[in-house]
Amino acid sequence: MTVNKARLIQGNQACAEGAIAAGVTFFAGYPITPSTEIAEIMSEELPKIGGKFIQMEDEIGSMACILGASLTGKKVLTASSGPGISLKQEAIGYASMAEIPCVIVNVQRLGPSTGGPTSTAQGDIMQARWGTHGDHPIIALCPATVKECFDLTVKAVNFAEKFRTPVYVLLDEIIGHMREKVILPNKEDIEIVDRKRPSTKPGDYKPYRTDESLIPEMADYGTGYKWHVTGLHHDETGFPTTKPALVEKLMNRLMSKLDKYKEEILLWQEESTDDAEVLIVAYGSTARSALDAVEKLREAGIKVGLFRPITIWPFPEEALARLAANVKGVIVPEMNYGQLYLEVERICKDKCKTSGLFKANSEPITPDEIIAKVREVL
Amino acid sequence: MRPDLQELFRMEKLPHIWCPGCGHGIIMRAIAEAIKESGIDMDKTVIVSGIGCSSRAPGYMNFDTCHTIHGRALAFATGIKLANPELNVFVITGDGDATAIGGNHFIHAARRNIDLNVILFNNNIYGMTGGQYSPLTPTGSKATTSPYGNVERNFDIPTLAIAAGASYVGRGTAYHDKLLKDLIIAGINNKGFSLIEAISMCPTSFGRRNKLGNAAKMLELQKTAAINVKAAQKLPPEKLEGKFLIGELHNKPAPEFTEEYDKLIAKLRKEAEQ
Repeated sequence: MTVNKARLIQGNQACAEGAIAAGVTFFAGYPITPSTEIAEIMSEELPKIGGKFIQMEDEIGSMACILGASLTGKKVLTASSGPGISLKQEAIGYASMAEIPCVIVNVQRLGPSTGGPTSTAQGDIMQARWGTHGDHPIIALCPATVKECFDLTVKAVNFAEKFRTPVYVLLDEIIGHMREKVILPNKEDIEIVDRKRPSTKPGDYKPYRTDESLIPEMADYGTGYKWHVTGLHHDETGFPTTKPALVEKLMNRLMSKLDKYKEEILLWQEESTDDAEVLIVAYGSTARSALDAVEKLREAGIKVGLFRPITIWPFPEEALARLAANVKGVIVPEMNYGQLYLEVERICKDKCKTSGLFKANSEPITPDEIIAKVREVL
Repeated sequence: MRPDLQELFRMEKLPHIWCPGCGHGIIMRAIAEAIKESGIDMDKTVIVSGIGCSSRAPGYMNFDTCHTIHGRALAFATGIKLANPELNVFVITGDGDATAIGGNHFIHAARRNIDLNVILFNNNIYGMTGGQYSPLTPTGSKATTSPYGNVERNFDIPTLAIAAGASYVGRGTAYHDKLLKDLIIAGINNKGFSLIEAISMCPTSFGRRNKLGNAAKMLELQKTAAINVKAAQKLPPEKLEGKFLIGELHNKPAPEFTEEYDKLIAKLRKEAEQ
């Protein structure tokens, strides 16, 4: 693949190329609209570089399959949409619990159920955070451009490896299928992160022992470490425990390990926020409409700004709270019935007015609709 | 335990959690003996399991081990084997884990003929959850969810595996443990999907409810109801009534999935060089 010429490519293709650039050599998936292109590209590209592609018998199997591959030391990816992401949830929880690095691209389509396979939506925001049962850490990144699909998939792979957690790349159908001119970075300009391998000999290895980094070292299967992986609560040796004190120790570490790296994980974009009286909080393709609305409103002399969370989970709470303290109102347009709005409302309600602009009928939210909402709030 | 087998176990994790009289310990030992006798590199051996009584076995075994989620052991194992074909990958699963919730992965792993050694512990019941009927609970048998006798029909695992494309299929029992060990070794030597059904007994949740007697009686049942496939060939059909076959049931080498994939990689490399 040529990576430094200007090309016209799709968001899904940029995800696939980003994954390969980040070192992904294993993909398992199952056909589903609107994410299928990612599987198709991986099936063509991976064997060329000695990597492996497999089309599994179902979505659950493809999630389980990449976790198995990750245990051998490979960087792994799967991609799906709507019903497929629902099916993967149990295995995503296993990855959180056993701390197996993996990346899931979710090209969101309109739900619930079969919903609208070719329709855009942003209805999986809360599913990304809480889709699998029990408390668990998760990272979700949300691109708004084709170039960002590439960059954030690279970042997602790096985060998965570094923090040993599943990472979502949350596209919506518009971003996945939209074509834009991009100039992708040269290989040598891409930062690559590998998981920490054991610093001890096999006999001394405790697979879930951590230092202050809170991230345990991970041995590749087949290298003599003979370690045990389980979805049961486990102690630092990796074997099951039901002792409340040890269960709590594990859960506390899992639930706090990402907090330690917030500065690195939390990404967002601010546009015209300095003197803004109204702040629009938007992400994914909706942020493109929001940006257009900001430009038009500014031309009309209305002081409006955009806050675009790029990391959706964990949410960049402090950054938003700072901005919210200086505006009259915050508006959240999103292609669902108010999912990220709940988070924004929680953060901003003591500081300013909050309102949502929700649409989930398969059409994007237009700049004019956002402009009308801003005028209504003012 | 035999001293020469101790290195194959995490001795500090024993005794196991299985009920008194359970057949699983015998089968686990047969797997260890087979691995030992086959001479495969134990550092390059991974044992994967799902959820259920049998799936606790890998925790006791001194290898890279993975106790996965219910029904998905074969999908995890597929990822492990495809990602690193150098590894010897074993799957320990149960009748519910493999043929109910994991049935889809079972037939597709067999269809691909991926080089996995699957040992299916069949105790005819969901033991871990207290004795509900499984796809291997015989019609008419009682379980906590078939209190009037099982209305459903049951699978024949070897037939299912052969139909789906497994290249090696055998059946042993906890009673015929030497045969079981030999079948597992033959499975290891088969380059492809090997399925060994290991008939176990669950006196606690299956035997008791169906008045089959204690563990010794249930073992004896395995002895009397099993006929070696070679012996069966010489017997008239009426003599096989109520019996089940043990031994090597199918041995038909076929292209193995990860080898075929590696051939594809080599071919693409060659084309790129030209």
